[in-house]
Amino acid sequence: MGDFDISFFIEVLVGGLLSGVMYALVAIGFVLIYKTSGVLNFAQGPLLLFAALTYVSLIERGVSPPFALVVVFAAMALIGIAIERTVLTPLANRSPITLFMATLGLAYVVEGAAQLLWGGQVHALDIGVSDTPFDVYGVLVSKFDLFAAGVAGLMVAALVAFFQFTRVGLSFRAAASDSYAAGAIGLRLHLILATAWIAAGFVALVAGLLWGARLGVQFSLSLVVLKALPVLVLGGFDSILGAIVGGLIVGATEKLAEVYIGPFFGGGIEIWFAYVVALAFLLVRPAGLFGRVQVERV
Amino acid sequence: MSRATFSPFAGWLFPVLAIALAVIAPPLLNSDYLFEAILLPFLALSLAGVGLNVLMGYTGQLSLGSAAFLAIGAYAAFNLNLRVAGLPLPVTIVVAGILAALVGVVFGLPSLRLRGFYLAVSTLAAQFFVQWALTKFPWFSNDSNSGVIDAPKLEIAGIGFVSPLGRYYFTLAVVVLLTALSARLVGVKTGRDFAAVRDHETAAKIIGVPVLKAKLVAFAYSSFVIGVAGVLWAFAYLRTVEPAGFNLDRSFQILFISIIGGLATIRGAFFGAAVMVVLPLLLARASSALAGDGIDSGSLDMIQRIAIGVLIIGFLIAEPDGLAALFQRFVNGLAGRVRPESSPAAR
Amino acid sequence: MTTLVRAAASYPEATEGELSPALRPEARVLFDARRERGGSATLALEAVSLTFGGVAALRDINLAFADGSITAVIGPNGAGKTSLINVITGVYKPDRGRIVIRGQAYARSPTSRLAALGVARTFQNLGLFKGLSTFDNVASGLSFAARSTLVEQVLGVGRARAEAAETRARTDEALELLHLGPYRDRLVGALPYGVQKRIELARAAVASPHFLLLDEPLAGMTMDDKAEMSDFIRSVRRRLGATIVLIEHDIGLVMSLSDRVAVLDYGRKIAEGTPAEVQANQDVIEAYLGVPHPGEEG
Repeated sequence: MGDFDISFFIEVLVGGLLSGVMYALVAIGFVLIYKTSGVLNFAQGPLLLFAALTYVSLIERGVSPPFALVVVFAAMALIGIAIERTVLTPLANRSPITLFMATLGLAYVVEGAAQLLWGGQVHALDIGVSDTPFDVYGVLVSKFDLFAAGVAGLMVAALVAFFQFTRVGLSFRAAASDSYAAGAIGLRLHLILATAWIAAGFVALVAGLLWGARLGVQFSLSLVVLKALPVLVLGGFDSILGAIVGGLIVGATEKLAEVYIGPFFGGGIEIWFAYVVALAFLLVRPAGLFGRVQVERV
Repeated sequence: MSRATFSPFAGWLFPVLAIALAVIAPPLLNSDYLFEAILLPFLALSLAGVGLNVLMGYTGQLSLGSAAFLAIGAYAAFNLNLRVAGLPLPVTIVVAGILAALVGVVFGLPSLRLRGFYLAVSTLAAQFFVQWALTKFPWFSNDSNSGVIDAPKLEIAGIGFVSPLGRYYFTLAVVVLLTALSARLVGVKTGRDFAAVRDHETAAKIIGVPVLKAKLVAFAYSSFVIGVAGVLWAFAYLRTVEPAGFNLDRSFQILFISIIGGLATIRGAFFGAAVMVVLPLLLARASSALAGDGIDSGSLDMIQRIAIGVLIIGFLIAEPDGLAALFQRFVNGLAGRVRPESSPAAR
Repeated sequence: MTTLVRAAASYPEATEGELSPALRPEARVLFDARRERGGSATLALEAVSLTFGGVAALRDINLAFADGSITAVIGPNGAGKTSLINVITGVYKPDRGRIVIRGQAYARSPTSRLAALGVARTFQNLGLFKGLSTFDNVASGLSFAARSTLVEQVLGVGRARAEAAETRARTDEALELLHLGPYRDRLVGALPYGVQKRIELARAAVASPHFLLLDEPLAGMTMDDKAEMSDFIRSVRRRLGATIVLIEHDIGLVMSLSDRVAVLDYGRKIAEGTPAEVQANQDVIEAYLGVPHPGEEG
């Protein structure tokens, strides 16, 4: 092995971090739902796919981008409300595992509907920023990655502000802590849940567009979300900050592992590396970096 | 059969009748298609469902990586058969199952101490890792291209189980054996611990139920059974398998079998597997009847996805105890009895 | 009284006036030998403090529960009574102080070894296993003592056989003591609330514990149920001779049943003594007694 190429290392690291921001965005969609209803929403991925697919299909049919965005957002909002009414409310008092399995069923429905509606081919998605690399102090960084990171960063900042400083955000946290008590003091649980799902839908839209532009809009997009799970384990299931940090860690270590360890195994370790990192982390810090340790009430 | 008592002999009538039917009826129907396309996958998937039920329905732990253990069972048996001379088939099957159990414990151990969705993440890790390893390392598939393996003939002490009927009886025997073992397991003291962990883990820990041990045993046993199901899947049913066939969708398929069939019942797995095997066939028939060739296979797949998703949600909302419970009520209705105890509180 | 003798005295003779096979001396060794021996039979809290995110649940609690006595812990809602039991049973780790069980001091009570140490409890919000029958719920109180392996259990041989027989005998005796015979094979989830509370008491009592912690055993019951449950507590007390810590709001029961009373208010112990002493204590009167608690039947 020759000299350690530091600029290459930084390149890989930066690429990984930027990728991590995108993971974080997907993970935040999960956190939103988990924070307000304790449900791990497995349908987040298919919702991502649905948003991207609908947008792309509208564009291909000649709809103007801003209008398409509005339509898709409206559709996501409607879907969120529909989910809340038809699936979540009937299952309101059941165990978290039951709710999770319901979201699995939901994932299948959304996936199937998305592809039935718009077809199963791969679509290219152009959001106006190309993947050209440009030079920053000798390190090559992708323009697209930077743009995506910027957008994601903005969204994250907005969401954090929302939760910390607005009344609605506060009621979200109340609902998550104790939905029964929250209902008792007059917080409209339906409204809160619906809002959470709409917000998650919006996040799914943005994430879907970003990921779709990067990978192409296709079925496997709904699997990207699976990477969000290790992020949640690392960062804590109910922490937006955790999702960011976890996302960065996952993105960076994954890329680095693929480049530096991968060749020993013939590559492809990106598939499972993040998961194994998360597992190892569980041994040391089960609640995640920023997650709150659940206090059991007995 | 009441879940209230765990006597192994309660409700023996139904299983005995079912087994008798399973032994006598199929040969009379004399259809290879019946075996190859319906009964063999049904039996293998049912066994996988039984294994998963012990973990999820009885112990309340969530696993999303069942296909990984199917794969380990299949590939382990293949390699044992290939590399260890003169190993009798039953031994091969048991060892393959044990290997699946061991891998399960390795991936599961970090999460079994914890609550919530951590085991789900662990089992997903197993799912992705195993699929990758089987594709990446040619050793597992005897240097074949992209991990494809051809299963050897099924043979015990010179008696071959090669024809569809032969493979069916072999599979039936294994499934009956392990199902009986599983039913016995959930009725003994350890099985009671499983349910305690499921229903109120904290209280169980406080009153002294060995929670971690119970979870480990449940997970190991479940992985063992699913591993054996994998051997059946590869050796008796498909006979040519590749890692891609043990993907996330397969894991979900087994999960859905357990949910639709009824989680906390052994027999539920059979109901669920029946639905999952028959549904695609029914849909295909229905679509060609209704729309001729108008619906292509891609769309059919999507319709099937939607149908399964709706079924899952529907069952979780309306009948959380699954088809097994519906069936029980049907039988009670016929017998004119009204059960004094309601079905267990929805979890 | 040694454990063996107490266990023998704890249950009535079997129907024909003869000890059932499982209760003969040789068989009893199975369970009693498992108990950890040695150390005095005391239960105590030394300078225990516990806070939850800024809220002090317990402040510098010093309490010793004399062997064989019944001590009631009373106080207004939120005074820290359940937290006390949760600290004793290791659900919470106190920020300061120690828990002393049988002469051994712990910074955090060893939850999974409690049963072997002879500590049993009931739960304020019921900790029953809803998917199991009454028999199985009570029998699970003996789970800690089993030493048989899974193989032995499945085959029904060796230790498993003897243990199953002993479990059956002791569980049936506990069921009989608490008049739960008619519900033996019913799923507990379907049973009336009052009966469920009794089943929890049976489960706690079945292993003949040294220390019995009862967390609001009468909560939510009708007047008739309460009277019946009080009698059951008395009969359990008579049979077991255990040290009992009783959290209860029903002052009548507290005064008639307990040897000593400790009063908590805002996490602090504000009084301790005989029922008569406590009743006359000015601090207690101001904090709690004499003021009809809204909703209490008195």
